[in-house]
Amino acid sequence: MPDAVFRTEGLTKVYDTGTVKVQALGGVDLALYEGEFAVLLGPSGSGKSTLLNILGGLDTATGGHVWFRDRDLTGLKDRALTAYRRDHVGFVFQFYNLVASLTARENVQLVTDVSRNPMAPSEALDMVGLGARLDHFPAELSGGEQQRVAIARAIAKRPDVLLCDEPTGALDSKTGVQVLQALKRVNDELGTATVVITHNVAIRKMAHRVIRFQDGNILSTEENAARIDPAEIEW
Amino acid sequence: MHALDRKLLRDFVRLWAQALAIALVLGCGVAALITSFGMYQTLGDSRAAYYDRNRLADIWASARRAPRTLLPELAAIPGIRTLEARTEGLVTLDIPGRDQGAAGQVISLPASGAPILNVPLLQSGRLPDPAARDEVAVNAPFARANGFALGDRFSANINGTRRELTITGTVLSPEFVYTIGPGAMMPDNKTFGILFMPDRAAAAAFDMTGAFNSLTAALYPGANKAEVIEAVDRLLAPYGGTGAYGRDRQISDSFVSSEIDQLWSMTIILPPIFFGVAAFLVNMVLGRIVALERPEIGLLKALGYSNRTIAAHYLMLAGLTALVGILLGWGAGAWLASGLAKLYARFYDFPYLIFRGSWTVYAVGGLLGLAAAAFGALRVALAAARLPPALAMQPPAPPRFRRGLTDRLMAWLRLSQPAMMIFRSITRWPFRAATSAFGIAMAVAVLAAASFFNDAMDKMMEVTFALANRQDAMVIFTSTLPERAVDEVARLPGVIAVEGQLVEPVLLRRGQYEKHTSLEARRPDTDLSRIVGGSGRVVSVPPGGLVLSARVAAQIHASAGDPVEVEFLSGRREVLTLPLTGTIEQYIGIAAYIDYDTLNALRRQAPRVSLANVTLDPATRRDFDRAVKDIPAIAGTSMFSDARRAFQETIRQNISVTATVYLVLAVLITVGVTYNGSRIQLSERARELASLRILGFSRGEVSFILVGEAMVLALIAQPFGWLAGLGIAWAFTQGLDSDLYQVPFVIVPATFARASLIVLLTALASALVVRRRIDRLDLVAVMKTRE
Ligand SMILES: Nc1ncnc2c1ncn2[C@@H]1O[C@H](COP(=O)(O)OP(=O)(O)OP(=O)(O)O)[C@@H](O)[C@H]1O
Ligand SMILES: [Mg+2]
Repeated sequence: MPDAVFRTEGLTKVYDTGTVKVQALGGVDLALYEGEFAVLLGPSGSGKSTLLNILGGLDTATGGHVWFRDRDLTGLKDRALTAYRRDHVGFVFQFYNLVASLTARENVQLVTDVSRNPMAPSEALDMVGLGARLDHFPAELSGGEQQRVAIARAIAKRPDVLLCDEPTGALDSKTGVQVLQALKRVNDELGTATVVITHNVAIRKMAHRVIRFQDGNILSTEENAARIDPAEIEW
Repeated sequence: MHALDRKLLRDFVRLWAQALAIALVLGCGVAALITSFGMYQTLGDSRAAYYDRNRLADIWASARRAPRTLLPELAAIPGIRTLEARTEGLVTLDIPGRDQGAAGQVISLPASGAPILNVPLLQSGRLPDPAARDEVAVNAPFARANGFALGDRFSANINGTRRELTITGTVLSPEFVYTIGPGAMMPDNKTFGILFMPDRAAAAAFDMTGAFNSLTAALYPGANKAEVIEAVDRLLAPYGGTGAYGRDRQISDSFVSSEIDQLWSMTIILPPIFFGVAAFLVNMVLGRIVALERPEIGLLKALGYSNRTIAAHYLMLAGLTALVGILLGWGAGAWLASGLAKLYARFYDFPYLIFRGSWTVYAVGGLLGLAAAAFGALRVALAAARLPPALAMQPPAPPRFRRGLTDRLMAWLRLSQPAMMIFRSITRWPFRAATSAFGIAMAVAVLAAASFFNDAMDKMMEVTFALANRQDAMVIFTSTLPERAVDEVARLPGVIAVEGQLVEPVLLRRGQYEKHTSLEARRPDTDLSRIVGGSGRVVSVPPGGLVLSARVAAQIHASAGDPVEVEFLSGRREVLTLPLTGTIEQYIGIAAYIDYDTLNALRRQAPRVSLANVTLDPATRRDFDRAVKDIPAIAGTSMFSDARRAFQETIRQNISVTATVYLVLAVLITVGVTYNGSRIQLSERARELASLRILGFSRGEVSFILVGEAMVLALIAQPFGWLAGLGIAWAFTQGLDSDLYQVPFVIVPATFARASLIVLLTALASALVVRRRIDRLDLVAVMKTRE
């Protein structure tokens, strides 16, 4: 078994909105491994995004521990979390989150500007099949293309982990497949540990491992004996 | 270039209209600062340097005729460093080719050549030869106004004898930066000149050989001025001394000081308004941008950008805006300052203007501009930096509208749905609404304060020229004459009506308070020159009593009924005590008034006059001018009809320039506030408004919501603007208050109406510009985009 990139122990998260307290994570124990492609499934509100945000250092846990490799992320201050995100994590979000006033290349450059050992923006865009659309603004790209720019942006820094929250949620099946192919290629070629949250059960078949979530807890984990190529996925 | 910097530049370019609207307001602040503070520094520095290099005296005194043997005693007064005795006198001039006479003030130059104090600065030619009898140097503006060249000649009626004088040189003197003739309302270099004459010639002409009638002195630093003045007065009293005084009462310097004070009031009143409004606008616009860019901010944080970088990013956006404003302000400020300098050059005769501190003014303007923008941006930028990244990625919770008192009120009023939306939005974002209203109020205030000057000038002109001084000319005698001189004046050609007037220099005293002023007496039934109070009421002085300008009364702490000691500074120098029977508000100058018969009786003299006020037949004006020139007893005439016209023209011109400047300022504030406010409204409500359109509301109805909110805020702002305008006007009148003039605090309702109308129309126009965007609203696109 390869080393774990992430390990959590009794991870809890409680949102306190003043009137009600929402238990988003109820003590999660989980390990994610180097080079692994994991898919997180679960009903809406089950705590998937919450977990991903804590893993990525966007949010902090209420209780328990989370380790990145051998580093305890729990209790890190804002400044340390920022450095952690900058140096190790790549994010892809459901709504692409591109900066509208920057071209594809410049959106990627946003990351390469602040990372230590980045690839050239054009190289990252090549990897997601957008080498020809370098100087297009987001408004001039389709949803799938925008999401692929977001992936290029996430991988351009050669992150240790790639965290994707419903990367195909806003896309139709054809463009969704293109995005998944880009993710798979990164995972295959760069060996980046990848976690993908999805509602789409079909996607689980391309993962090494599928983790099912329910009510803030892990319901089950299963390993795929045989993975299929994204091209074979349809929804 | 970093991608983030690219984003910054692109955002800035995209926001150009809003940024420009803010930059213009900020630029106004910078320009106002450069103009007022820059000119304040320049005038102050130039005056200091000029006075210092040309050794302006600290003390002036005049006497009827004091022997030069008194000088050692005067020089021995503790505190006096240098002393210079001179001969001074008023003469009438006959300018070749001109019927109208001119007045000249002769000032003697010492036998050694140039004086030690009040050193004239040679502009061309040379000073007159000490031995020459008919050579003079004249003040350069007088030569320029009359087209004199070196070697030109004109004749002067000096103490009764007509003399031909040759101009050997032109000079400027620190004593005459502002050169105003006796009885004149404003400088007129054509009809009033300073003649610098060798001591021997001047003494011979005015019968001052071995004597002097004017004394100037420089003091040691730290000397007690009041004590020196008292000592000088004591020594000169037997020789007809009329009271020594310091620079504070020197006419030229009083005017210069008053101007400098005025610039200072402008400096502390105007720029803060613009910087304040600009800061609010930055806050408002940047706040909206940050709200719109929440996802981007979350993204940047997710990508590992630090809080500091993100705060800096938004601060820079404000900084770029400020930079544009500062550059515009520098340009406009330089332009306005040079215009103002030209205006000053028309009234103030400085040999040079020192712009030494000029670059610091620009730097201070720039720094204050940046500070204002940073002040407005800081809170927003920090809030952006502190957004928790996970939260920033989620769309913001919809604003919470609660049913409150206002809602019940609106329901009761049966307001239409759009009207309801307007009021809900105002109560939902009270801070932003207040900010917009504040900006509009400032625009109204600036306009109201500016036209307040117009009203004040009208009032001053009306009282001074239409009610108080209705004569065409004032004929000033060389000394007081028996009252029958008035009859002689009546016989001059073209004189329709004539009234005599007696003016005596006096020292008023009450307790420890003293005040030098002139005591005026006229017969009770005079019609040409009358005593008029602030309300336009014509005042007659009851026999046996004294009426004072309210300002004088306040200065000696006297109120009606109090006894006031009057010391005459001429003749037998009687000291009498008279009851103060009343005070009057006066706008130009200050004086004390007494009944004509009372004055003559108190001084135990047959009725005397020192000047005559006349009305003239315009058709025979030339004959009058010519006749007056040849009468030795007449020191000069002050043409009120000319003065009235000149005054009116100058004031009107100045006021229309100022009014235009203030109009531009007010319009820029209004545009800045309303345009930005409406753009924010539109951006926040694009979806809402588009939904209404889809539901079938017309364009007009939908834009009513947008334009309506801007106009409701503008309306709410009006009374506050009026109040603030009153405050500014009041502050200005306080800054302008001096013995030379007091600006009346008059409030004409039309001023407010006009200011409000201009601002409301500008606001409407600005909102309508934004409305055009509603017309172009792409319904589908708006509904599709994620908020
Ligand atoms: N900022 C927040 N404040 C309060 N409650 C929150 C907040 N964010 C999430 N929650 C709550 O925490 C629980 C878990 O939310 P989370 O976003 O992790 O769910 P999810 O599994 O990602 O759902 P989805 O599939 O709909 O994205 C939900 O009940 C949600 O309402
Ligand atoms: Mg989620």
